[in-house]
Amino acid sequence: MKHARVAYEGAIHDAVAHPDGLRLTHGPHAGRCVSEDAVVWLPPLRPLARPRTILALGLNYAERASTLEFKAPEEPLAFMKGESSLIGHRAHTVRPPAVKNMHYECELAVIIGQPARRVPRARALSVVDGYTVANDYAIRDDLENWYRPNLKVKNRPGATPIGPWRVDAADVPDPSALRLHTTVNGQRTQSGSTADMIFDVPSLIEYFSHFMTLLPGDVILTGTPDGVINCVAGDVIVTTIEGIGALQNTLVAPPAPTPSTSPTP
Amino acid sequence: MNQALGHWQPAGTVYGGLLTFSREWDLWAPRMQDKPYLAPPRAPVLYIKSANTFSPAGQSLRLEDGLTEVALCATLGLVMGEEGQVQALALLADWMVPHASYFRPAVRWRCRDGFLGLPAQATPVAHLGDWSALSWQVWRNDELVQTSSLAQLREPVSKRLADLQAFMPLQPGEVLMVGSDCLPDGTRPLFGPGDRVRISAPGLVSVEQGIEPAKEGMA
Repeated sequence: MKHARVAYEGAIHDAVAHPDGLRLTHGPHAGRCVSEDAVVWLPPLRPLARPRTILALGLNYAERASTLEFKAPEEPLAFMKGESSLIGHRAHTVRPPAVKNMHYECELAVIIGQPARRVPRARALSVVDGYTVANDYAIRDDLENWYRPNLKVKNRPGATPIGPWRVDAADVPDPSALRLHTTVNGQRTQSGSTADMIFDVPSLIEYFSHFMTLLPGDVILTGTPDGVINCVAGDVIVTTIEGIGALQNTLVAPPAPTPSTSPTP
Repeated sequence: MNQALGHWQPAGTVYGGLLTFSREWDLWAPRMQDKPYLAPPRAPVLYIKSANTFSPAGQSLRLEDGLTEVALCATLGLVMGEEGQVQALALLADWMVPHASYFRPAVRWRCRDGFLGLPAQATPVAHLGDWSALSWQVWRNDELVQTSSLAQLREPVSKRLADLQAFMPLQPGEVLMVGSDCLPDGTRPLFGPGDRVRISAPGLVSVEQGIEPAKEGMA
């Protein structure tokens, strides 16, 4: 089943995919079927009482690792993100105006379903709740060599679109055999397959859970293949993973600054 | 994780800062142009402590996976309120696996289970006077091993908050750790099994934590 979290008619709802768009399952309008453009899409993640752990991978596709820097890494190159970086499907992400290179990264996102500590590879997929699509934008102008990749590159607010759907793990028997691609204004710019990951989903769960407890709702963004290009304000970027979903985002210029208090009449 | 119900835990993402104290910056400065860094940092150097690291007051830190010692980044956490303002302060025992490179840190150096010792309570800044030169002391068992002060930061807290929030506004409940000072030789105080740490500062709730060896069969 495909699950979503959306705002509709003044309230947040859980929803599932339906031939007409979405069927609302929890919230004041539960039972109603609505079209995909009638709702505001939120990240398809259940809210947590604690800060959500969001792990992300760098250089996790063989081809990209060879073009970018060096030989394949011996252990996953991972970093963390804050939850305020996440934003839902069909949202707008700010592209800072002075930037020369801001590129998308189409990534399979793994959502953890059970507390996981020291989970061996062979059992790793049993702790997965589901999968979604993430676009882990990078602002390369800001890349520095101190605690790389530094947060100014990877942790801007709302610069990590995620969604539209959380797809149950039972509906994704092999997360290592999914085609993925990205289009910019309808033109295909990135293509790949999760089969080319250096560290596949079970390996990543085994690796992380060896030293940390993964908790329900935590997310692992599994890296992106080759084919990332600079995008500009106005570009519509759609990152798609076969069987999981097509995540749309539009880059925009920052809003004009507004005074923090309204002027007295 | 629920043994300490009622004790404070961060409600939002916890961000850490590196190279914020003048002493550490000055020690690094001659090497900042070298490979792999190639230039001094322009933006704040930051990292995240994930929720699995939270160790509420009263819980020990257990060394696992063959670890025999851990380094302490004794720091002050700024607990954010509305509109990017500091709402409360919390002393924090930010543990790490000692590492010499600041290039590409492994998550396993900073985000092992229990690697952020918390005080029982955070203290609202409204209950404090001027805290701009607050200092805190680190004790290993009964020995004073480090004294740090906000006055030794390379830049004042207000400038640091402004620089960071220019690209990453902090949300209510999120915590920014101001960074930790190093010892004169550039290292951080080391702790091993059987040691006890206490971080204390005037007006704030202390952090106290014992270090325990791995459980049998888990090393």
